[in-house]
Amino acid sequence: MSEDTRDHDHEEQEETGTPAASGADAQEKPGGVGRRDLFKGLATLPVLGALGAAAWGKKAADDTKRQAIIDELGVSGDAPAIIDRLTSRPPSDRINIGVIGFGGEGEAVVRAAGFPRPEWIDARRDAQRTNARDRRLDEYLAHGDLNLELTGVCDLFDNRAQWAIDASNCETRPGGAPVGRGATRYRRYTDMLEDGDVDAVIIATPDHWHAQISIDAANAGKHIYCEKAMTRTEEEVLPVVEAVKQSGVKFQLGHQNRQLESHEKAREVYEKGILGPVTLVETTTNRNDPWGAWVWDIHPDGNPETIDWAQFQEHAGHEVPFSLERFFRWRCWFDYGTGLGGDLLSHEYDAVNQIMRLGIPKSATASGGIYFFKDGRDVPDTFQVAYEYPDRDLTLVYSATLASGRGRGKVFMGHDAAMEVGSGVRVVAEPQSTRFADLIEQEVVDPDLPLLTYRPGFKGLDAVTTATEEYFASRGLLFTYRGGQRVSTHWLHIKDWLDTIRFGGEPSCNIDRGFEEAITCHMATASYQLGRKVEWDPVQQKII
Amino acid sequence: MSTTPTLTGARLWAMVALRMLIGWHLLYEGLAKLSNPYWTSAGFLADSQGPLSGLYLWLASDPGRLTAVDWLNQWGLTLIGAAMILGIGTRFATLMGAVLLALYYLGSPPFPGVEISAPTEGSYLIVNKTLIEFVALLVLWLFPTGRQVGFDGYLSRGGDR
Repeated sequence: MSEDTRDHDHEEQEETGTPAASGADAQEKPGGVGRRDLFKGLATLPVLGALGAAAWGKKAADDTKRQAIIDELGVSGDAPAIIDRLTSRPPSDRINIGVIGFGGEGEAVVRAAGFPRPEWIDARRDAQRTNARDRRLDEYLAHGDLNLELTGVCDLFDNRAQWAIDASNCETRPGGAPVGRGATRYRRYTDMLEDGDVDAVIIATPDHWHAQISIDAANAGKHIYCEKAMTRTEEEVLPVVEAVKQSGVKFQLGHQNRQLESHEKAREVYEKGILGPVTLVETTTNRNDPWGAWVWDIHPDGNPETIDWAQFQEHAGHEVPFSLERFFRWRCWFDYGTGLGGDLLSHEYDAVNQIMRLGIPKSATASGGIYFFKDGRDVPDTFQVAYEYPDRDLTLVYSATLASGRGRGKVFMGHDAAMEVGSGVRVVAEPQSTRFADLIEQEVVDPDLPLLTYRPGFKGLDAVTTATEEYFASRGLLFTYRGGQRVSTHWLHIKDWLDTIRFGGEPSCNIDRGFEEAITCHMATASYQLGRKVEWDPVQQKII
Repeated sequence: MSTTPTLTGARLWAMVALRMLIGWHLLYEGLAKLSNPYWTSAGFLADSQGPLSGLYLWLASDPGRLTAVDWLNQWGLTLIGAAMILGIGTRFATLMGAVLLALYYLGSPPFPGVEISAPTEGSYLIVNKTLIEFVALLVLWLFPTGRQVGFDGYLSRGGDR
């Protein structure tokens, strides 16, 4: 007999309190002891039963609530459809691309297209070795092969041109793509366009070159992926639109955040009318570091020998003597860039335009100043603009500073609910909502908790969430997802463009969206520079 | 185990009550996750801080791994909770419960210097309710009651006698 069993018998003795009974137990047939043991087990069942009944009741109540909310909202719980057109791989279907401008953004776009610089691969490999959390290289290499050849490179700084050539035949490429045959450098982009070995171009120059290159590329029949802002000035906008429309090339403006899953879900929420009348939309930019304020590195090899300064200045606002600062930190001057308006307001506006299809506002009133980065720049580092949309009964406010990082998000304020959009979506009912008054009264909807939350990449939409889930949803994530896989929005945005070249259709940020974005951003800049309210005249097609 | 302490009377019932309550808690946590098609451990893993955050982030970063972790959590909690209430494999269940709770605790420990990664309803410094429940499970493991109240005695009869 094991010690366990002895203990067991002893305990029974104490429980019954009669030694005689214990003796009887010992005499009893094994079946009798077994029955007693079984009763000891069965004694636990009421606890399980109580839990089961309580859990069942709670689940039934929760399900009723959840269903009531989902029925009321009519939103699907699904993630956006996966765009999974297979890229055909035969060399005959290969698209030859040229890159014009290989600075920070140009390199990022070309890398997403499948051409990383070998130095970038090495740096990511080192990062992955020293930090297990850093999966950027694996995620990058998992992207599909877009079946491209980088055949042409144009940059006015010799080092950058060489870096782009290095990227064009890098041995490590995503999606198992074959090693490229190497790009040719052109000193003028027009030579690249005339050469004929390029089917499409990526334009990632400073803003003051976007319009002329886009027009020339369209006239040469080359498809265009152009970085925002679409143009530096208002006057350049219509000629670009006309050239693109007349040529019929596929034009994609580089607002890669169009590919965010959350934006598609937010659009669905808005279109279902869940928010009720939206009278105010607030979008913001907050950064707090010199890099974010465009104080970019000046490369030590940069000098009048390695930089084609004369060509750089064509189409600029003014001509000035050679300046490394102006070449490498061009966003700090209206001569080359568009300030916060074209750089960051453009992303925010485009997101709101994607979700609400707002188009061009009737008027814009902007203000701001150079309050922190007094480094010789002429673009403001603090900038606010209020756009009026009387036809839509709403105001769109953009508010930015480059000297405080306090995040404020993007909020759509409706009479029935407010929606916050980041990499996730969170909708909270308004306590004074008309539409939800009955549901709030019946305690089906709690205005203190989100009506629905959406976390991209996970399991879709959730209604009636717990406080913890709500908190996680509000934090947002850095990546977007397709079919549960993390993917770069740049890659998706390039694929979106290439798919229209191969299979037809319109890119998601086509020339019409580009037109709206360009005019809207120029209205803000014009209002700031003129110090007054400006309006868009749709008949004259002019800012007045 | 060579010796298993005997509990009697009020001590026994107090220990059984503790076992039932923790069993109830874990079982309902499991059932709630199983019945919510949108539940996932991704948020917890992605936001984890402290010594195991690298591992947790790695688990969350792949859909296959995440599915496995979700499944283990849902069914682990459910089965451990049910086993503790019913007194089936009580010692093994309490030990596994302790392991799970240790993993939860280390996922966002209230250590000085670790930023609070989830809202809490109280104030915690190093010790939080997860840690207390973890130690309570160790106590239950050391003082098993599944034979006195539960099916362990019935199920082990064939083997022991």
